[in-house]
Amino acid sequence: MDLGTFCSQSHVLVVAGKGGVGKTAMTAAIARMASLTGRSVLIVELEGKSGITGAFGLSEDLGYDEVELQEAAAGQGTVRARRITPDDALVEYLEDHGLKRVSKRLVSSGVVDVVSTAIPGIRDVLVLGKVKQLERDRVADLILVDAPATGHAITFLTSAAGLVSAARGGPLRTQAQDVVDLLSDSSRCRVLLVTLPEDMPVSEAIESAYTLEDKAGVQLGPVIVNACDPPPVGLETPAAEVVAAAGLVVSPDHVAALEAARQFRLERHAMTAAQIDRLARDLPLPHLLVPSVGSASIGPAETNLLAAALASAVADLAPEVEVPVQ
Amino acid sequence: MSELGTLVTDRSIVVCCGSGGVGKTTVSATFALAAARAGRRACVVTVDPARRLADSLGVQSLLNTPTEVAGDWPGHLFALMLDTKGTFDELVNRYARTPEQAEGILANRLYQNLAGALSGTQEYMAMEKLYELVDSGQFDVVVVDTPPTRNALDLLDAPRRLTRFLENRLFRALLLPTRMSLRAVGVATQALLRTISKVAGAEIVQDAVSFFQAFEGMEEGFRTRAGAVREMLADPATAFVLVTSARPDAISEASFFAEKLRERGVTPAALVVNRIHPSFGDSRGPEGPLPADLAALEDNLATMRVVAQREERAYAGLAQQVAPAPIGRIPLFSHDVHELHALQVTADQLFA
Repeated sequence: MDLGTFCSQSHVLVVAGKGGVGKTAMTAAIARMASLTGRSVLIVELEGKSGITGAFGLSEDLGYDEVELQEAAAGQGTVRARRITPDDALVEYLEDHGLKRVSKRLVSSGVVDVVSTAIPGIRDVLVLGKVKQLERDRVADLILVDAPATGHAITFLTSAAGLVSAARGGPLRTQAQDVVDLLSDSSRCRVLLVTLPEDMPVSEAIESAYTLEDKAGVQLGPVIVNACDPPPVGLETPAAEVVAAAGLVVSPDHVAALEAARQFRLERHAMTAAQIDRLARDLPLPHLLVPSVGSASIGPAETNLLAAALASAVADLAPEVEVPVQ
Repeated sequence: MSELGTLVTDRSIVVCCGSGGVGKTTVSATFALAAARAGRRACVVTVDPARRLADSLGVQSLLNTPTEVAGDWPGHLFALMLDTKGTFDELVNRYARTPEQAEGILANRLYQNLAGALSGTQEYMAMEKLYELVDSGQFDVVVVDTPPTRNALDLLDAPRRLTRFLENRLFRALLLPTRMSLRAVGVATQALLRTISKVAGAEIVQDAVSFFQAFEGMEEGFRTRAGAVREMLADPATAFVLVTSARPDAISEASFFAEKLRERGVTPAALVVNRIHPSFGDSRGPEGPLPADLAALEDNLATMRVVAQREERAYAGLAQQVAPAPIGRIPLFSHDVHELHALQVTADQLFA
């Protein structure tokens, strides 16, 4: 698939996945990849301290105000980021509804805790309502939402539908309906699941994919499989045979180490390959396989590597078949 | 017995904490299994709704009450899966003055949302269950797997959070007779209440009022209990075990977590690093040009060693941060851990 097409399929991409699968690194990589097609990108972070700024070489934490992570240059769009917490979204919502004077106090007095317990999902709806507003205002060519860890992400994306059916009317119901409209329109929003080629993350990705389609009515984009090991090459023959055939003097310790590393690599690879197969079998969505960057932390160099890997995986995707409208 | 081993033989509570996806559930089960092997009566509490723990323990399913896991060890191993709502219901039943009061609370819509919507409720109920099990005197050691929180404070603050919620001043004021309450709560508060009704709907306010009415008189019991839970966590017989995987990003999260615990005066009793790549020694290969297949083997070995070294550097820093806590290491197996045998192998590795 053409990279430009991929980046303009939906205006909002929600990146979701279990904790520890590299969701933030993938969010940064998608942003970088899209910016290289000349598009401007806004990253919306929902949970504190994700490390997204570090992926672009900055050290500050994100706040409610936008931070520029990457400047626009020839052939390269800007990447900006901000954080939206439920409390921020609520205060802004109340201010927009003419309640500026009491908004701060509502939050500080604990009333918000009571109200949000009485209406589960209100926090999610307010945050997504804010995302919807950003989308409507066309603040960037692409908006990337770094979603909470799955489990929470499912609640996050299904809350609006729940609120629409529970609330009788009023401004909140309108807000929830707007969010449902955003989530269910694939030209406006899609969800990209991130997973690892391991047992638990794959099971969780499959389960979340079905739950998200059924309960949130969202369109899922390709599943990103992070930290895929490249296929081992030239490791078919046992080390002892290879060493013997080479006619070199090699210590038995070293032969044993070569053999142990060979077997470990082959077994791990067989295991990850089996998980990728299972994902393909149980979840009919295309995959984007991304290699492990093998680094202690994600900085600009790793973000570039991941963006390039992602771009080549996107190029290998089959073009999306248009489903005729009935 | 290793230093880590004394945790399972001497302590009465082991709290496994860390971020999500690092194998906390498996580590918790391993600690409980090791205690049973050391001849103790151990119980593991999991909060992971996935069937994995039940599977790895070889039982059909786990309930909110301890189920014994059969096995060839001198002690006893029990397991239970936390049911947040069920545990909360038990608490309400315990502190209600009359069955009618309990019924009124359990039927309230706001209460029904409480378990799922108030952040920290799951953490608090995990601690509550832990208290209940310890208090029952049935076990020598209880190991608890905590919910995957980004923020360590959620775990420690949960009891306080809930009692603060139940004592909400504004809503308590609503319980006073109507006219008096209007005067008592003042103009600003009235504006707040009108706001809530306007934005969220009048029935929400009504639900909240009847919830706090129903709870009348029970806060004291909850507060006392929350205090007892806090004391239990601060007791020297309680060990906090910080669990992380060897992935560098998981380690930086664990480091953040350790710092938050330290700010709250909690010192981890041990660090468990899960899924460590094997290191494959430091033997040296032949010099000079090599045939292609041998070069491929050498490359592979070199790559694996680099991965292992990088991991070791990453967790050495964390180990220093939590020193003198001992470190337990669990290797990355070339297969997944999800059956009792695999759990035993894990225990062998960890407590070797």
